Amino acid sequence: MNLEKVIFAFFIVLALTLNFGFFYGDIADPRVHHVYELYAAIVVSLIATVLKVGDRTHIGAVLLATSLVADLQLIVAAFIWGYVVYVSKTGLTPENMSSIISMSAGALVANITSVILLVAETLMIRR
Amino acid sequence: MHQEVLFLIFRRMRMPLIVLISAYALSVLGFVLIPGQDDQGQTWHMGFFHAFYFVSFMGSTIGFGEIPYAFTDGQRYWALFTIYLTVISWLYGIGHLISLIQDPAFQNVIRHSRFLLQVKRIRKPFYLICGYGDTGEHLENVMSERYFNSVVIDISPERIDHLKVSQLRLEVPGQCADASNPSALRDAGLENKYCVGLVALTNDEDANLKAALSAKLLSPKLKVIARAETRDSEANLLSFDTDVVINPYTQFANWLAMAIHSPSMYLIHDWMTGIYDRPLSEPLVPPKGTWIICGFGRFGKAVCSYLETEGIRTILVEADPELTKAPEGTIIGSGTEAVTLIEAGIHQAAGIVAGTNNDADNLSIVMTAHALNPELFIVGRQNKSRNTDLFRAAKVDFIMQPGAMMAQKIAAIMMTPMLVDFLEMARKMDDEWANILISRIIALTGEEHPVTWKIKVTANAAPALYEELGKEHAVTLIHLQCDPRDREERITSVPLMVQSPGELPVLLPDDDYELHVGDRILFAGLPKARNSMSWLMNNYNALEYVLTGEERPSGIVWQWLSKQSSSKEEASKVINQA
Repeated sequence: MNLEKVIFAFFIVLALTLNFGFFYGDIADPRVHHVYELYAAIVVSLIATVLKVGDRTHIGAVLLATSLVADLQLIVAAFIWGYVVYVSKTGLTPENMSSIISMSAGALVANITSVILLVAETLMIRR
Repeated sequence: MHQEVLFLIFRRMRMPLIVLISAYALSVLGFVLIPGQDDQGQTWHMGFFHAFYFVSFMGSTIGFGEIPYAFTDGQRYWALFTIYLTVISWLYGIGHLISLIQDPAFQNVIRHSRFLLQVKRIRKPFYLICGYGDTGEHLENVMSERYFNSVVIDISPERIDHLKVSQLRLEVPGQCADASNPSALRDAGLENKYCVGLVALTNDEDANLKAALSAKLLSPKLKVIARAETRDSEANLLSFDTDVVINPYTQFANWLAMAIHSPSMYLIHDWMTGIYDRPLSEPLVPPKGTWIICGFGRFGKAVCSYLETEGIRTILVEADPELTKAPEGTIIGSGTEAVTLIEAGIHQAAGIVAGTNNDADNLSIVMTAHALNPELFIVGRQNKSRNTDLFRAAKVDFIMQPGAMMAQKIAAIMMTPMLVDFLEMARKMDDEWANILISRIIALTGEEHPVTWKIKVTANAAPALYEELGKEHAVTLIHLQCDPRDREERITSVPLMVQSPGELPVLLPDDDYELHVGDRILFAGLPKARNSMSWLMNNYNALEYVLTGEERPSGIVWQWLSKQSSSKEEASKVINQA
């Protein structure tokens, strides 16, 4: 067992689970999507990105790319949230909420790809 | 490349970045969780938006104040904690980055990637030079003088630093690397499509061998020039088709023998291959009597054998005759003291060669010899280029610098192979021939240093000339040497050699030699003559003017007008005749 691998896999999987937790539920209902969960998903996703950076293998490069996509989608989702609440003051209407959630759904796909790659790499090593 | 630098930064910055993200996350979360009060005294929770805004400016500037409402004591308590948290993580991150930048390993990576980029950017033919010693330095001077690109590697970092501060006309990428390492050669552009050759000049015979071998194996089209000090390595290098092998000792002895045998011939060699900036060297006349040779090392041996083939009697002076296997009759001593030199018969001798591998000894021999016999012709071997001033001051008649001589020879081989052929052929001619050539060149160039250049009669190199050869006018050498501004004037040039495809080269061709397609001609003269000649070869109108004396109209309209007027003239002529 390698502690580095544990931490690495932990953050990647945690990014996926948090992302999924936020995404799960009726797309237009603000009551089932909590802002804390989005916040946690962003922070963990950023940490996962930093952990992936600096790996020069091909699979490492693809992992980094998926993480960057997830970061981008989640940050855009958070940006929309902040904008509708504080700047345009329209609040979390069903329309606004569904655009936030669809952004996070995109991030979810990226995170799933990332975990699939992680599993594939682990299986390749066979140790 | 640059990616490598980026990867290194990110791998080393991983920890500080994670610390920074965590510190921010914790601080933001704290502000969101801790209840505050709005201006009406109601309980109010800060959103992520405000919390992130506050933490962002707090972390970098320690604050614009408490927004959007004044903080409660609980919030202040948390703010106090987060100020130190974020400031410390910033300091940690920035400190780490700075220490990374100062890290010698990181600096090496940066230097290396910059070197790779420089090599990649060269878009002209270049030579890869291994070893930036005395010879390498001279070679760089000659090459950059003629705007010929090169890349240098040397095993010593001091030499590379020296290259970086030397004021060459071209930017020469240099890297501290081992020439015997093929991947270092590859980094320096061995397989680059613009690389035309490799010159192995290091002090290490083995490294030269390996560099030459790598070049021949990895890109066989390259021209490989290598330095070898022993016969064994010379034979070894030649066994795998190294193009040119140069032995500094025999090369040097060869030139000295030439200078004694035929001073004019030596002067031709020196002028044609020398550095242009230097003033023209004066003709020297070394005497043909008995010569004293101090030092019977590899250099002394080579000098002796060459002088003997010229029929010159030599007396040897050597400190350790057993080690150097000096022949019988050798005077024992270093030659730096008067007794030895007198024993060697300095009062009757015609010349002396101070040829040890130690500059201090050589200077001492020179000064002692000069004091004993002021008439003596003194040849001094200068090993280090930094001692130039000392040798000049010591009244040495003939300073021989192996490094400079090798550099001249190599530069000629690299840049004007035709010049090498010319010099080879010229050596077979007699002294009188050389004298005539010298006087012709001096008459043209005066005090200035002549340059040599080659022209090729092909569609690419000389389009105007190529086209003209298919027409009625025969083009001769005299036409090429007309001034394109005024055809009555001659430019300052001497044709040295003509080489027609499939024929033997002709030395000093006559002015009425008729040019053919595919001819290659070597000229000597002043740089401005070279320029006007290239004008003639490329500009149809200038060539037409020189050939016929008429200026051809250049644009289509003018050509049409002139055709109209000439046909009118002809028509009127016909009418008049009728």
